[in-house]
Amino acid sequence: MSWYEIVSYLILFLILGTGLRVVLTSNVVHAAISLVLTLAFTAALFLMLSADFVAWVIVLVYIGAVIVLFLFGIMITRAPLGRNAELDNVNKTTPALLSLGIFLSMSYVLLTSFSGEVNVIQSSSIEEIGLILLGRFVLPFEIVSFVLLAALIGGIALARKDVALISEDQI
Amino acid sequence: MNIIPILITAAALFSIGIYGILVRRNSVMVLLSIELMLNAVNINFVLFNAFLRDVLLQGQIFSIFIITVAAAEVGIGLAIVLMIFRNRQTANLNDFDLLKW
Repeated sequence: MSWYEIVSYLILFLILGTGLRVVLTSNVVHAAISLVLTLAFTAALFLMLSADFVAWVIVLVYIGAVIVLFLFGIMITRAPLGRNAELDNVNKTTPALLSLGIFLSMSYVLLTSFSGEVNVIQSSSIEEIGLILLGRFVLPFEIVSFVLLAALIGGIALARKDVALISEDQI
Repeated sequence: MNIIPILITAAALFSIGIYGILVRRNSVMVLLSIELMLNAVNINFVLFNAFLRDVLLQGQIFSIFIITVAAAEVGIGLAIVLMIFRNRQTANLNDFDLLKW
C-alpha cells in the first residue's frame, strides 16, 4: 500500500467523521466548525485527485464566505448556543432508517456498476480550466453570474426592513 | 487508487446529509446538512473527472457551478430564515406553519 493510498484513506475517514459530527452534535457552533473541517478535508481530497482549482475554490467560497454566513445566521436567529436537546426532532429512528436505506441502495448500485483505478496525473489544470470555462462553457458561466446577481438582489430585498412600514419622515 | 472507497464515502456523506435534514429542528442546521449533500455530489463529479480523464474537465467545471449555486442558495436561504425569524421570533422548523390552514 503506497503512501498515496494511506493518505487518501485517512482523508476519507476524516471526511466521514467530521461529516457525522455535523449532524450528531448538539452544539450549533460545533456543527458549523465541523462543516469547515469536512470541507477542508474535501479540498485535500480534491488536491489528491489533481483538481487543484476546485480545491482552492472550495477553500475560498465555502470556508471563507459560506461558513461566515452560517455563523451570522446562527448568531442572528439566536439559535440556542451550547448543548441542548431541543435541536433535534424526537423521532430519530425513521430518518436513520431512511438514510441507511438510501446509503445501502446507492452503495449497491455503485458497487455493481463501477470498478477500476484512478490514475492521477501530476499536473496543474488551472490553465485548461480557464480556457475551457471562457471557451466552450462561456454561456453557462454567464448564466451562473446572473444567478449570483439575482441571489444578491434577492437577499437584500428579503432581508431588509419593509419600506412600506417605515414612516415617510424617516426616509 | 481504487475508486470504490471514494464513491462509498460520497454516498455515505450524502446519506448523512439526508439524515441531518430529516432530524434537525433548527433551520440553519438543515441548511448545513444541505451543504454536506452538495459536497458529496462535488466529490463524485471531481472523482469521475479524474477517473475518466476528461480532456474538457467537465466534472471540475460542473463542480465549480455547483459551488456557485450553493453559495447563492445559502444567501437566499438565510435571508428567508431571517425574514421568518423577524416575523415569528423562532428559527424552529416545526413552527414554520404559515402555509398550513
